[in-house]
Amino acid sequence: MRYAMVIDTDKCVGCSDCVVACQTENKVPVGYARDWVVEVTKGTYPHLQMELRSERCNQCENAPCVRCCPTGSSHYSAGGIVLVKPRRCIGCGACITSCPYDARFPHPKGYVDKCTFCDHRIKEGNKPACVEVCPTRCMYFGNIDDPASEVSRLLRQRRYKTLIPEAGTKPHLYFLT
Amino acid sequence: MREELIISGRMNPMIDPQLNIWHWHIPLYLFLGGLAAGILFFAALYTIRGEEKLYPAAVKKAPFITPFILVIGLLALLLDLNNKPYFWQLYTTLRLESPMSWGAWTLMVVTPISFIWCALNIREIFPSFDWRYGWLKWLEAFFTRYKVAMSWVLLIFSVILGIYTGILFSAFNARPLWNTSILGPLFLASGLSTGAAYIMLVSRSHTERAAFSKIDIVIIGIELFLIVHMFMGFLASTQVQIEAAGLFLGGPYTAVFWVFVVFLGMILPALLEVLELRKYRVPVLIPSLLVLGGGLVFRFVIAYAGQASRWLY
Repeated sequence: MRYAMVIDTDKCVGCSDCVVACQTENKVPVGYARDWVVEVTKGTYPHLQMELRSERCNQCENAPCVRCCPTGSSHYSAGGIVLVKPRRCIGCGACITSCPYDARFPHPKGYVDKCTFCDHRIKEGNKPACVEVCPTRCMYFGNIDDPASEVSRLLRQRRYKTLIPEAGTKPHLYFLT
Repeated sequence: MREELIISGRMNPMIDPQLNIWHWHIPLYLFLGGLAAGILFFAALYTIRGEEKLYPAAVKKAPFITPFILVIGLLALLLDLNNKPYFWQLYTTLRLESPMSWGAWTLMVVTPISFIWCALNIREIFPSFDWRYGWLKWLEAFFTRYKVAMSWVLLIFSVILGIYTGILFSAFNARPLWNTSILGPLFLASGLSTGAAYIMLVSRSHTERAAFSKIDIVIIGIELFLIVHMFMGFLASTQVQIEAAGLFLGGPYTAVFWVFVVFLGMILPALLEVLELRKYRVPVLIPSLLVLGGGLVFRFVIAYAGQASRWLY
């Protein structure tokens, strides 16, 4: 089983509802965020092209943060989700530095925090909070090892990209383009 | 077509400044760790070769500073942690994939040896020092007996201490400036150079100073070669590494790197050392302090510039 998120950049309007939902669901300290929206505008006015991406931890298969963690606090959990054990984390910052997506931040309580794909919700059969609330339904979540899953179907039918695959991280956020 | 690229959106003022997670603590430790590694390497080397008499400052006098700088370095590392009360978790596991993990264990080997080393040479400073208790005297006799064996351990672990910080940085492919395997040897060379400079500073023997001047000139030559080699590698690499090199080739770190690190920290002291060997009168303080200052600035520049370099997407 391998969890993945598929995000349709054509449908996303950049409302940041995913960000707020995550902050609420995961009690993220005020001002911090585990996910964020990137707006990329290319071209010269009036010939412009824009892409909106809801980004978060890529739950990499070859995660630099897990590799560099000196205590084993950062680890792979069921479904390939990369998690932090707060009580093993010394807050050295190696994982923050090692992440090419800048997806981690130091929680004010001392340990390093990041997106968990809402593993507590998945265990109960729910979708991650960001996916659940998306008003344009541009986000999909599921098991890409299962060819019948919605995410697998979308990745078969649509063109997609991942972020800096050349960093060798094998990311599992897929952006439909 | 002229293309404008505007990226907005990730406006998260609480997170983005945090991405430069490593501040002054890390480069200060890198410098102190490298300096201690350099001093202890020479102390162990000349003990193994049985040349204590020829190089008294390197073997006996200079190592007295190492426990202090290692402890200051360790304190800096502790202050840098966000979860300070949990630091001991480092010593519940050994992860070979993580240079920080085996580096932490290396410090656990080198730091006690640096204390033992000073204890064995304490009579250099306090000639009438007495250990007073029988078991302390027994320990002194024990370590004196196995001094050469301990020197071999120290020789190996001081090299690991000098090189691991560079390997730690080079293991981060997210920071293209650090992601070069040259960095390990370069940090080791810089550590050995600052160690040699400190030994010159405290040595009273002319032959010893001259020997370490020669050693330092050779190491500086190696450093300069590694720096040129590093930039050649960057410029022949991918766009992200070309832009990382750009931080030093016209970018914000250009002046500080080439003036303070390369010229004042390497080229000028090497020239002064050559002049000294040619019998010109050069106060030893000048090249030594230049090398030590250059080593410190070098770690700061690399630590900060590395965190400024990133993938573009």
